[in-house]
Amino acid sequence: MKTKNLIYYALISSIFLFSLVSIWKILVTLQGVELKNFNFEIIITLGIAISLLNLIIGEKLNYLIKSTLFAFIFTFVDGYIVQVMPVWYNIGIFAILIFFTLKINKYSQKYLASEHSSQIVIFDFLTLFGIVLFSFVILFPFYMMLITSFKTQAALLINPLDFSINFKQDFKELFKSYFVIFDTYKFGRYILISTFVSVGTVIVTLLFAIPAAYAVARLNFFGKNFLSTSILIIYMFPAIVLVIPLYTVFSQLGLRNSVGGLLIVYTATTLPVAIYMLQGYFRSIPKELEEAAIMDKLNWFGIIIKIILPLSIPAISSVALYVFMIAWNEFLFSLMFLDNPNSFTLSRAIQYLSGDAETPRQYLMAGSVIVTIPVLLIFVYFEKYLVSGLTAGSVKG
Amino acid sequence: MSDTLSKIEKRTAYILILPAVFLVFSIILFPIFANVWISFKEVGLKDIRIPEPRAKKIVKSIKDNPDQLKVIYKLRNSSLILEIRDVKLQDKLPKNIKPINLDERCRVKSNKIYCDFGNWEAKYKENFQILLKSSDGKQINKKELKTIKPKLTGKSDNILLNTNFTLKNFKKVFFQNEFFDLLSTTFYYTFFGTIGSIVFGILTAQLVNQKFFGRTFMRSVLLFPYVGPVVALAYTWELLLDPYSGTLNNLLMNFQVIQEPLNLLGQKYLTINFFGFDLKLRLALTTVIIFEIWRYFPLAFLFILARLQAVPKELYEAAEVDGAGPLQKFISITLPQITAVISILFMIRFIWNFNKFEDIFLLTGGASGTRTLPINVYEQGFTISDIGMGSAVSIVIVALLLLFMFVYFKLIGKRADEN
Repeated sequence: MKTKNLIYYALISSIFLFSLVSIWKILVTLQGVELKNFNFEIIITLGIAISLLNLIIGEKLNYLIKSTLFAFIFTFVDGYIVQVMPVWYNIGIFAILIFFTLKINKYSQKYLASEHSSQIVIFDFLTLFGIVLFSFVILFPFYMMLITSFKTQAALLINPLDFSINFKQDFKELFKSYFVIFDTYKFGRYILISTFVSVGTVIVTLLFAIPAAYAVARLNFFGKNFLSTSILIIYMFPAIVLVIPLYTVFSQLGLRNSVGGLLIVYTATTLPVAIYMLQGYFRSIPKELEEAAIMDKLNWFGIIIKIILPLSIPAISSVALYVFMIAWNEFLFSLMFLDNPNSFTLSRAIQYLSGDAETPRQYLMAGSVIVTIPVLLIFVYFEKYLVSGLTAGSVKG
Repeated sequence: MSDTLSKIEKRTAYILILPAVFLVFSIILFPIFANVWISFKEVGLKDIRIPEPRAKKIVKSIKDNPDQLKVIYKLRNSSLILEIRDVKLQDKLPKNIKPINLDERCRVKSNKIYCDFGNWEAKYKENFQILLKSSDGKQINKKELKTIKPKLTGKSDNILLNTNFTLKNFKKVFFQNEFFDLLSTTFYYTFFGTIGSIVFGILTAQLVNQKFFGRTFMRSVLLFPYVGPVVALAYTWELLLDPYSGTLNNLLMNFQVIQEPLNLLGQKYLTINFFGFDLKLRLALTTVIIFEIWRYFPLAFLFILARLQAVPKELYEAAEVDGAGPLQKFISITLPQITAVISILFMIRFIWNFNKFEDIFLLTGGASGTRTLPINVYEQGFTISDIGMGSAVSIVIVALLLLFMFVYFKLIGKRADEN
């Protein structure tokens, strides 16, 4: 056993343990429990002790007994000697320790003697650490958004760290922010407008994109190569440079503040990527099918309707989902074009709400939850189809 | 025979692509050219409203004279700046009603009044009156008269269409707009955001490429920031980072990491004492960059993960036989395999970050040292209401992007030649 490997192993495992315990402590603090210190020294010392003991005991004890023993000792020291904590806190610590000791169980004195073991230990723990940390960093804002929408202004001011929800209170009290934004701020209307714009964009985009994609994928015409490269270049072009000319022209045509104007812009901005994705798929459909159709004297309209469409349902639905998500999330154009509250989309409405400094934050968060939930649901549910499209670069941003 | 077939094919192709091409041309390409045009003009936000002649029709009855009525048209020019030429009014009269003592600018022809008002200067106002008399002695139906709306037409200059050009906007962009400050902020934001999102993309892709419990779930979760609506996420972060009631500051103070709350989005500089040297950190800019990395690393993650999964397993097995450790495997196998993806990602993310507007706008509004070029487009155009300036800044953005792409492809092209 090399000393260097041993030191790495003990230090890294205890730092990992410390970060796990600290994240748990943060979450506990957010439930209103008073906890002022991470106790860095104590946890690290305990961690080093446990990882070394693990090596010394080795396989003399059954690994389950060993884990339970370590977990029990740690929990006792942390939850009763250093500070007295509620039982549910200690249960969490106990679970973390069981997880941790099971993870370090695979390291033995023999294992640490091999050449690259310190690197492997580092990589193992970095992986675990990465999983925990990234999940925490990513999910925390979403968690906060959800919880804040259930709190009251007073509770938020008294203790900004108290994220606990009182489920015993009245249903109406709990969902108060949601009732308020629907009653006072007309969010029902905004949901309808957003849905209408997004679904409309999907339909119009598909109507325009399917024939164009078919032509690019199958037919020979002058300027075809130029067209297919320019689709990608146009897609890279920034929306911010379109804003001023579109604003002026739309003002003069009276298209500002109209859902129709928004629909046109959304369709145009999503068309390039829709055509790009669809033509890629159309190319993969065997040509023989169409040749047979031409023999049967079907015209192009017939070919698209009767052959291409039924075969490319998966591609079309994934394009549709994308376009929906892009249109639903879009903010820049809705900010520029809409200044009449009667034609706001959800995103614009939330931004408008926040413009008033008096607006309680839980209303803002309730609105945010409403605008976020549909996209996340769609995304999680259809993830398999969507991930491949994402790699094709379909969501710009 | 085949000749006609290919002709038909061509014609069909053009019919199929025409709607899409037309739409993309008018909404995406036309504005880019229009930007060039507008950027050479002095146009304010108020100038882009086309001046309109307007008339409000008021019907009044006259005392002691039930078969007569007075119609007042409140005429005005809607523009405060531009004149309207050849204003014409046209209004319909119900049957059996005739005007008396008609103004000399007007004439009646088959139940319609036509008036020629000539030119109206800016802010022009007039109360124009017509006396109406029923020709058959019956009482005039006031309601019917009210519901008929007069039609007004007139010609006016559209400030956007005339050919007065000026270089003023560009002079202002480069010399009165703290241009180099803007440029450096934009560059920091773009560069560090891009590098950061790629680094985190590599880390997370490496992570998810291993087998562990809950891996598919992890992959979905990692993409959440990318697919969530920017408005919701930006406001959540704003709440999280708030100096007084924000969770982050309260947590840090609770665990005694910091003594005073940090205004992460509202403070331009943070002085850090580093071994006796005072380092000035652009605090708000750093926070905005961190948000950007948080939101956009998933794209890098997905691209790199897809590439990693295509790397043949044998390579790693062979390396293991040769006694390579994890670090060595990463450096000599993984990195060379993903350089191509990284260089594409670098370009895409650089271009998109360079044009990022919403994120900064929602988080800081461009205050406390986070003003980038896209934010400046909005500020010039809509806060200061100088459309011409906004367009000029847009043109600068497009020019810089084209320059970047040119340099990038030169470099990449060279590297490709060398290999």
